[in-house]
Amino acid sequence: MSLLDYFRTSKTSSASVAKERLQILVAHERSSRNQPSYLPQLQKELLEVIRKYVNVEQDAISVNFEQDETQETLELNIVLPDYHPKNT
Amino acid sequence: MARIIVVTSGKGGVGKTTTSAAIAMGLAKKGHKTAVIDFDVGLRNLDLIMGCERRVVYDIVNVINGEASLNQALIRDKHCEQLYILPASQTRDKDALNQEGVGKILEDLKKDFKYVVCDSPAGIEKGAHLAMYFADDAFVVTNPEVSSVRDSDRMLGLLSSKSRRAEQNQEPIKEYLLLTRYSPERVKLGDMLSVDDVQDILSLHLLGVIPESKSVLTASNSGTPVILDEKSDAGQAYADVVARYLGEDRPHRFIDDKKGFFGKLFGSK
Ligand SMILES: Nc1ncnc2c1ncn2[C@@H]1O[C@H](COP(=O)(O)OP(=O)(O)OP(=O)(O)O)[C@@H](O)[C@H]1O
Ligand SMILES: [Mg+2]
Repeated sequence: MSLLDYFRTSKTSSASVAKERLQILVAHERSSRNQPSYLPQLQKELLEVIRKYVNVEQDAISVNFEQDETQETLELNIVLPDYHPKNT
Repeated sequence: MARIIVVTSGKGGVGKTTTSAAIAMGLAKKGHKTAVIDFDVGLRNLDLIMGCERRVVYDIVNVINGEASLNQALIRDKHCEQLYILPASQTRDKDALNQEGVGKILEDLKKDFKYVVCDSPAGIEKGAHLAMYFADDAFVVTNPEVSSVRDSDRMLGLLSSKSRRAEQNQEPIKEYLLLTRYSPERVKLGDMLSVDDVQDILSLHLLGVIPESKSVLTASNSGTPVILDEKSDAGQAYADVVARYLGEDRPHRFIDDKKGFFGKLFGSK
């Protein structure tokens, strides 16, 4: 490696930034590709039910579907609002 | 048994038509009777790249509508008598192509031809869908650039779920990566994704790397597929691609920045 190359590669190259961004994005898009088509509707209805009881934000609930050779998992994640006990 | 090859990408302008013209010519020159079909209805261009634009009388839509026979619409290439071109029409009607019509044309071609190369339009709409639907093999043309890689991955998802092979639970389409417009110099400088970077993300069978080359423009200017320019780097790279596809084992070229001082001084061809 020449001295010039050394200076060139000492900072993070734009190509390696591109690669990292792509890896994250593509992994995400692949996993959502295999999701069953009912997922968005399921998420919407779950949100409505939960909101009857707890005042959560629109984005407080996430539904993830994962699949490997042996099983399919549906993961439901609800972020409850911070609970501040009222002053009495 | 005839094979249907789709040249696809999702993203526009990455080199699908250049590739379709080159590999169709390459296969035909190896003695295989080959037809190449332009699926870019409304934006016909393959005829220009193949240099037969003045001989277009009928097109794929005429055949589908029964206004011409397949034989009337096929144009024999002037360089190679094993090669035929089926042009796209210039109609703006989006529904000019339909699955039944395209399926019928491909079935007919399969009786007479060894390879049928389908030049897909950009995007994931009807034309692109029909170009890949009946495919046996897919050449996924990708540029070393973020949006192209992402769109290629998207296309891979469609090939494995929305094609006839997928729908009928047959053996999946064979997918090959063709990395085009590659600049080893820029990769070395860290400005461009490398072959390995793209492979790490897409993990496909690499059929070849086509360098960014002035010879591609020269070839399109004159209407001769670049593979006929045997002295050019891009022409040689496409010849390697065809040979590899046909089962030859050839080392990859044009990946490393091998240009010495003189190469830099005089630029590449
Ligand atoms: N290896 C290459 N080196 C230099 N220029 C290239 C190369 N490959 C393609 N090009 C140029 O890129 C442009 C787009 O190429 P082409 O028409 O083959 O792409 P396409 O994918 O078919 O586009 P579209 O999506 O519009 O159908 C053309 O101007 C072509 O000359
Ligand atoms: Mg094109």
